[in-house]
Amino acid sequence: MTCQEFIDFLMAFLDGELRGERRQVFETHLHACPPCLSYMETYKRTIELEQTLCEHPDDPVPEDVPEELVTAIVAARQAERG
Amino acid sequence: MSFDGSSGDWNEEAALVARLRAGEEKAYEELVRRHGGRMLAVARRFLPEEEDARDAVQDAFLSAFRAIDRFQGQSRLSTWLHRIVVNAALLKLRARRRHPEEPIEAFLPEFEPDGHQAEPAVPWRADVLERLEREELRRIVRAAIERLPDSHRLVLLLRDIEGLDTAETAAALEITAANAKVRVHRARQALRALLDPHFRKEAKAT
Repeated sequence: MTCQEFIDFLMAFLDGELRGERRQVFETHLHACPPCLSYMETYKRTIELEQTLCEHPDDPVPEDVPEELVTAIVAARQAERG
Repeated sequence: MSFDGSSGDWNEEAALVARLRAGEEKAYEELVRRHGGRMLAVARRFLPEEEDARDAVQDAFLSAFRAIDRFQGQSRLSTWLHRIVVNAALLKLRARRRHPEEPIEAFLPEFEPDGHQAEPAVPWRADVLERLEREELRRIVRAAIERLPDSHRLVLLLRDIEGLDTAETAAALEITAANAKVRVHRARQALRALLDPHFRKEAKAT
């Protein structure tokens, strides 16, 4: 397996979709290739950074809603109602 | 107003929904004040232009007002509104004139003819990652995500941040599941490449 193939299959590996011999070949490359190990670790860290940094519906409200937006929405609602 | 999941909040939420269903004008404004900030934050992730983001939030609230009778009360109001604003943002993106975008390949790793990484990956500095304030990390990651071409940025937002699965992501963007999978992997690789200069071992501690 080359580094290019390793990186192509990385997501499938992390999603647990590689089985049997393919998984073995993948793991052999992983143990023998420090740059691919670094690649995998930083790829995983990238996903963690994405997920931890973005708001979740249960987070506290990030900021007040701009006053002009409140006014615009209330006005649009009244206009819609006629 | 913060929601910590206590039953008091549930009761308060149920009362607000009842007032909305009764058509009480003040209740609409209250809903906007209570949830608008969070919805705007979500819309801004999809729509970097502030005006577009605000339009999407307005569209979302109008949809929510019209659909309030269909709100089941089994999920939180915030979760329900979150889904509505994501849909409104996607609609807005679809309607927006398509700009020619930078091909994702520009951000993907390159390989030697024998398949080795042309620029071998190195670990990231844990000390840099730990020392940076959460807000600063957020800023770096957001800026990197905004540099991704729309075709890949949206897949990444839906799958990794909104938490949709591959099938749901594919349906929302009207692409095949196989295509969604390829795109999310490429988007993550591109994001990794954009974050790498900030965190790699030989990077200067900033």
